[in-house]
Amino acid sequence: MREVAVSLLRDAVRDLCLEANVVIPDDTLQALERALIEETSLRGRSILEEILANDRRARECRLPACQDTGLAIVFLELGQDVSLVGGDLCQAINEGVRQGYRRGYLRNSVSVDPLRRANSGDNTPAVLHLEVIPGDSLRLVLLPKGGGAENASALSMLTPASGWEGVRRFVLEQVCRVGPSACPPLVLGVGVGGSFGSCALLAKKALLRPLGRSHPDPQVAAWEDELKTAVNNLGIGPMGLGGHTTALSVAIEVAPCHIASLPVAVNLNCHSHRHRSVTL
Amino acid sequence: MKAFSLHTPLAESDLLPLQAGDQVLLTGRLYTARDTVHQRLAALLAKGLSPPFPLEGSVLYYCGPSPAPPGRVIGSAGPTTAGRMDPYTPALLAAGVRATIGKGPRSPAVHQAMAQYRAIYLAATGGTGALLAQTITEVLLVAYPELGPEAIYRLQVVDFPAIVAIDLAGRDLYREVRQLTVCGGTGC
Ligand code: SF4
Repeated sequence: MREVAVSLLRDAVRDLCLEANVVIPDDTLQALERALIEETSLRGRSILEEILANDRRARECRLPACQDTGLAIVFLELGQDVSLVGGDLCQAINEGVRQGYRRGYLRNSVSVDPLRRANSGDNTPAVLHLEVIPGDSLRLVLLPKGGGAENASALSMLTPASGWEGVRRFVLEQVCRVGPSACPPLVLGVGVGGSFGSCALLAKKALLRPLGRSHPDPQVAAWEDELKTAVNNLGIGPMGLGGHTTALSVAIEVAPCHIASLPVAVNLNCHSHRHRSVTL
Repeated sequence: MKAFSLHTPLAESDLLPLQAGDQVLLTGRLYTARDTVHQRLAALLAKGLSPPFPLEGSVLYYCGPSPAPPGRVIGSAGPTTAGRMDPYTPALLAAGVRATIGKGPRSPAVHQAMAQYRAIYLAATGGTGALLAQTITEVLLVAYPELGPEAIYRLQVVDFPAIVAIDLAGRDLYREVRQLTVCGGTGC
């Protein structure tokens, strides 16, 4: 058994909050630069230039790349040979978020009650997804998720007869309907299969795949390419003001499901595609 | 794409030359207002009470900035989705608001109210709050401090960049783009 103090996780979460909100990952910047080369709409190009200038300035001035520093979504892969000591895991993670958001002058964007609306004042609680893995390592991923793109996400319980065509249509319709408000160019995470709950999580996890890396299954990889091309042919463009760059990437994750079901979920992320991970 | 300089407060005559797609650079005062502030302002107006700042000729910026780090007047300060304010917007336009700044398309009701009350809608680039903050020189808390980032702040801006998304003639850039897209064509 490897003993790990929860304070180590607290500090790691704090540091992830400080970095993730300020530094847009290199793969996203590269995808934006490629898009700038390929975009033919003048307005689209100037928006892409603004986005790149913003992301450079955020890094240099240590400012949040976007003022919506999001709901703190934390994935923890916990080795089953790890024993967590020194306190409550959830409290430690929330304390990390609290410290990170305060120290980083990040915006508190959590409402304590969905209907009665009051700001929790410290961006807690985080949303924690815990997965137990073999071994004695720990991996933390932070995905600060802004409201605009999260609000544009959706899930549908299709029937098996809908097939790939149904999945494709569902994603395209969703992007058409609400994509322009989600700060395109988008990153699309698509979950297919699983249950009503796990399908949405699959879509969220798909967002964490490095941009440009295809699914290992060649058929799924082909569907990813097809969907990306279709999304970029819609014409929505940067900020929904026209152009060829609507999605920087489409990642699909699949999972077994009930013989009667074909769940599909699409989780949208904006060009401010912030995430960061650390292995402890 | 033409670029126009605008100075707040705005009069109808300032907006006449602007067409959907034009670039504008705003100088003067913007008032931040998000979901809860809209609810409160609409409630005040419905009761015939006066709002915490003069609405006549004003510009509302749908923005909830991040806190100011030491040595800065504001953190990151980009636009939020305008559509969420749609239910309250007609009442505010009727009370004198002359322009709103946000991102994303507006509802048909807002569209109609803008034509009726002679107002425009401006799109700022979402997710560029670090860049837009450079144009903000002064920040004053106007009302509702308990709302934190959602309070009303008066931002003094110099050359704040935005695109005319809906102009006085009722031309709407989002609709025009939509009609050109595959989305508009197939009704998907
Ligand atoms: S959708 Fe993304 S980039 Fe746009 S305002 Fe929200 S968090 Fe920022």
